[in-house]
Amino acid sequence: MSLNPSVIGTQLPPITMTMDRGRLRFFAKAIGETNPVFTDLQAAQAAGHRDLPVPPTFLFGIELESPDPFAWLSDLGVDLRRVLHGEQSFTYHCQAVAGDVLTASPRIANVYTKKGGALEFIEKTSVVTRDSGDVVAELTSVIVVRNPEPPQ
Amino acid sequence: MTAVSAADVGFELPALSTAPISRTTLALFAGASGDHNPMHIDIDVAQSAGLEDVFAHGMLSMAYLGRLLTNWVDPQSIREYRVRFAAITPLHAEATATGRIVAIGEVDGERRATLELAVSLADGTRTLTGDAVVAL
Repeated sequence: MSLNPSVIGTQLPPITMTMDRGRLRFFAKAIGETNPVFTDLQAAQAAGHRDLPVPPTFLFGIELESPDPFAWLSDLGVDLRRVLHGEQSFTYHCQAVAGDVLTASPRIANVYTKKGGALEFIEKTSVVTRDSGDVVAELTSVIVVRNPEPPQ
Repeated sequence: MTAVSAADVGFELPALSTAPISRTTLALFAGASGDHNPMHIDIDVAQSAGLEDVFAHGMLSMAYLGRLLTNWVDPQSIREYRVRFAAITPLHAEATATGRIVAIGEVDGERRATLELAVSLADGTRTLTGDAVVAL
């Protein structure tokens, strides 16, 4: 497989997700979070939050709420079993809390190969906005595709 | 713990160690994070790709490092947070997240610390390195 550079700049469908207290508590449980500010509304409000704060990495999951979140990779000809997450970054502009309706707008920012095509890299950037229009965060993901053998 | 506002270069955040990462952990994280990639939860799919077993989501380790940060500062103080995933985290691994202030500066009238971050396994494998910028 070899990724065509013409995909650079492709906008992927935006995904909207409401930050839900129950889901945030489930996430806290899954990551072993014990800080009550993430699970207890009173503790969150005592710390100055409008509602339970969204943990720093939870925003990554917004795009995964679409019915077939990896379809964009399949559409590029990528075998999901050969995918590794290479890098992830977040730049935060304001704190999201439970009740916020957030939209992630992803875009394929770059594709490139290394090691003679044995490794391919896909860079995706996403802007997350609140329904008021405020930018909450910008995310960049680098996805690595390990090809079983060099392309012809 | 050192008051956040008084923290200086060289300050190390109290390390955060996890219990061994179990299949249950991965199942819960898949559901809670929304990442249902079967490579993390279905041994049949992992083996079809030539692996012996499932392995942990990189974002689980990033979430552990996030806990390290938010144990120290309020989440709204985090300005930037980025990592590079350097190695796969196998099942049953025990991860330890660490962080250290490497620079302090002023940006937009705000005092900010840059932290160097890492997650390591018991055998010394460094699975993740990164950095964060937080307002003090």
